[in-house]
Amino acid sequence: MSTAAAAGAVDTVAAAAITPERPQPFAALGLTAGEYTRIRTLLGRRPTDCELAIYSVMWSEHCSYKSSRAHLRQFADKAPRTDALLAGIGENAGVVDVGHGYAVTFKIESHNHPSYVEPFQGAATGVGGIVRDILAMGARPIAVMDALRFGPAAAPDTARVLPGVVGGISFYGNCLGLPNIGGELAFDPCYSGNPLVNALCLGVMRHEDLRRATATGEGNKVVLFGSGTGPDGIGGASVLASASFGGGESAKRPSVQVGDPFMEKLLIECCLELNAAGLMVGLQDLGAAGISCATSELAAHAGTGMAVRLDEVPLRDPTMSAAEILMSESQERMMAVVKPGDVSEFMAICERWEVPATVVGEVTGTGRLEVSWHGEQVVDIAPETAADQGPVYERPARRPAGQDRLNGDGPQHLTRPATGAELRDTLLALLSSPELADRAWVTEQYDCYVRGETVLAAPHDAGVVRLHEDSGLGVALATDGNGRYCRLDPYAGAQLALAEAYRNVAAAGARPLAVTNCLNFGSPEDPSVMWQFIESVTGLADACATLGVPVTGGNVSFYNQTGERAIHPTPVVGVLGVLADVRRALPSRFTRPGAALVLLGSTAQEFGGSAWAHIVHGHLGGHPPTVRLAAERALAQVLGSAAWDGLLEAAHDLSDGGLAVALAEACLAGGQGCRVSLPGDPFTLLFSESGARMLVAVAPGAEGAFAALCEAGGVPATTLGTVGGPGIEVTGEFSVSLGELAEAHREVLPALFSG
Amino acid sequence: MTARVGIVTFPGSLDDGDAARAVRRAGGHPVPLWHGERGLAGVDAVILPGGFSYGDYLRCGAIARFAPIMADLIPAARAGLPVLGICNGFQILCEAHLLPGALTRNSGRRFISRVVRVRIANAGTAWTAGYERGQEVALVLKSGEGAYVAAPATLDALESEGRIVATYTGGNPNGSARAIAGICNEAGNVVGLMPHPEHAIDPLTGPGADGLAFFAGGVRAPVAR
Repeated sequence: MSTAAAAGAVDTVAAAAITPERPQPFAALGLTAGEYTRIRTLLGRRPTDCELAIYSVMWSEHCSYKSSRAHLRQFADKAPRTDALLAGIGENAGVVDVGHGYAVTFKIESHNHPSYVEPFQGAATGVGGIVRDILAMGARPIAVMDALRFGPAAAPDTARVLPGVVGGISFYGNCLGLPNIGGELAFDPCYSGNPLVNALCLGVMRHEDLRRATATGEGNKVVLFGSGTGPDGIGGASVLASASFGGGESAKRPSVQVGDPFMEKLLIECCLELNAAGLMVGLQDLGAAGISCATSELAAHAGTGMAVRLDEVPLRDPTMSAAEILMSESQERMMAVVKPGDVSEFMAICERWEVPATVVGEVTGTGRLEVSWHGEQVVDIAPETAADQGPVYERPARRPAGQDRLNGDGPQHLTRPATGAELRDTLLALLSSPELADRAWVTEQYDCYVRGETVLAAPHDAGVVRLHEDSGLGVALATDGNGRYCRLDPYAGAQLALAEAYRNVAAAGARPLAVTNCLNFGSPEDPSVMWQFIESVTGLADACATLGVPVTGGNVSFYNQTGERAIHPTPVVGVLGVLADVRRALPSRFTRPGAALVLLGSTAQEFGGSAWAHIVHGHLGGHPPTVRLAAERALAQVLGSAAWDGLLEAAHDLSDGGLAVALAEACLAGGQGCRVSLPGDPFTLLFSESGARMLVAVAPGAEGAFAALCEAGGVPATTLGTVGGPGIEVTGEFSVSLGELAEAHREVLPALFSG
Repeated sequence: MTARVGIVTFPGSLDDGDAARAVRRAGGHPVPLWHGERGLAGVDAVILPGGFSYGDYLRCGAIARFAPIMADLIPAARAGLPVLGICNGFQILCEAHLLPGALTRNSGRRFISRVVRVRIANAGTAWTAGYERGQEVALVLKSGEGAYVAAPATLDALESEGRIVATYTGGNPNGSARAIAGICNEAGNVVGLMPHPEHAIDPLTGPGADGLAFFAGGVRAPVAR
């Protein structure tokens, strides 16, 4: 790893100045020749081994966003006006005012590459990392969600990766006491060898508890607390997360971190107590790039300097070199800036929680990040050159060669079910496909009850948690993404992902407020991928502006490809909404016989990228459904009013598999059948995936008031029938019992993964 | 006077807040107790809540059993103080030998989080007096090591002495011996329960309010003593 460690001597700043010609392993650390030259220019000499380590991780794609930064600016430039944001992009996570003096912060982040190399620990530490991000804002983490995507369900590698990932999330999240309130599970051949593991965390704080990641106040102490630093995850950001897979993955296993959720739980309680006692001037989590990132970012954001004695860092392996300590991504560590007079009280609280804490340095006025190792200076850099002045690339982008052919190959030639029996078979085929089968095998491994504030969790459209017991104030969260739509049209696909998450939050009766995103793409060095990325970011930024919901933060994951084959462009979008009273939240299941079933929105023949085309025909081509943002907004407003006024029993969003799948899901979840009549072409009405639609069960007696609300809101409403009966009965077409639906839906994942 | 119910927080306890809320809803006054301190602050009953004390890295409950507060809790429980151990708390009570047997890995080898139906088999304990014998209630099971095991002779004794407090109905979710969901000591003041009644105190946030009577039992217990 480090040439100096191999030689047994430490490479100092003084030595670097007089040995300019010494060869350095910049390429092995993931830096290009141009980037290495830039480092030499910035420093006016060659970097020391430690400095090279810092730049290699801080300038990695994962930490510096060098390929995406130029485009991500759109989220800020196009952001809709809002007074709900207390902190936005640039902080660890955005902070949203939800009233009553409460603010929430939420963020989604990828842990894709580690989860492929070592599924259990990769996914577990993904949860751990996003939770510390939220903690670093001064918030109490209160819920998590996971958006997961794997290769074909029946593929042998999926049988290795999926149970490991789910087990890792279960192990870590359950042990932290954070309810898992929802997420996604998708399968597609494009994710073979590149599973997507995106973890979201939600936190809550009082306005006055907001903390910023800065190191102000010359003379203040820099404290490292939490787990010891070990040789795990060295170069995780640069070696793993910022390169494509090309074989030899087991050799990268030391780049995957190992998680200790018990220490993280103690760290959470300890941090919250330290924060409440006002003992921290600044706070930063140690995630990607470890101490390199925490020290350079804390110092850079405050515009101060920092002196760190690296030999003070508690180690799990005493043979680690200085450069390795700087790069280690050992989990469950935080860094705080503490006034000298507060250090003893700080230490006492850490001791009470049995969290090791060590003063490793001081804030200085030099404007430099200075690191020493047993008395010798090994780093002397301007912190902003590592933290903020990484390279920015305007990578070439080009519409993929096959894109027109793909769009021209629409689903209109596919054989459609023509009879009632064929429609029935199609419904059962969709429900029993791994893509749409019941997710209980996964979600029953996650604790959704802990903390006693979970009002809705999977399989409801959105997760809903209460923040304030007396008023009932709460928030709703949903994540969505659709790689197939994005492959057909990355601009529209990203907008459709946003629209679906927005609609899911609205289905719970919540008012959508803010957006987070996790942008999963192939290699940015491939112009086709770069085109997909730019289209998606632009589409998402435009739609956020139209819907009036700002992006508050997120994450980019590039290099999700094996060899030349990239994943479908897969932006995963999380939307957060607020509910003034969670007692009025709407579930997504039918429980009351006799309630009228109403379809909201209008249905067109839209089958490009649909679940039907994919599952029944293995076809992907044409165009995704039309994006209808004005209709989405009108729908959300009607749902919010109807929920508040108590007009509805339930609401379920229409998405993959259309009305047919939505009906089956809502019936199975509530244990009630339904009888419906279809006013038009049955196949289109049942399986089209037109957006801005929702299925609702109206509270008996409220039919008139609800119809009036829909009319006033400009939302088309079609009464389909009523809840009740032993199964789904579609007049004149087919009927199917709940038992048969349940059998088709529920046995799929256990049969695949319980072995 | 309102009954004071102590709730012990170990490092890694997770459901201490939920237990406190359940005590409040049942009309009691929750008193936080810290694992590292001595003394029980004069409480009328104690709950050992669910969670992963010390990360459960050795064996569930094995380290918590040696916490300083246990030195006071164990003799108090032997002297008749009502104690309810839920999930990890049940595991701690077994490790402390206040209850026989042990909790082991679920038969399906995976963590289970779901609503289960449980039959109250003994309504005469300090904590189940609010139920009828044979009553079925919906509670939340959430554990990876919830399979109750004990020697056959111990199981026979538990059964013949009426010390099986609750059993799973409609399927045995984790492979527990004789579908045992909860047991008590000879005196009936110490109860261990694998499913979580504190997650079933309000239909808004759980499967219903079937679990509330456990806490009402604990709140009433001191009067009965």
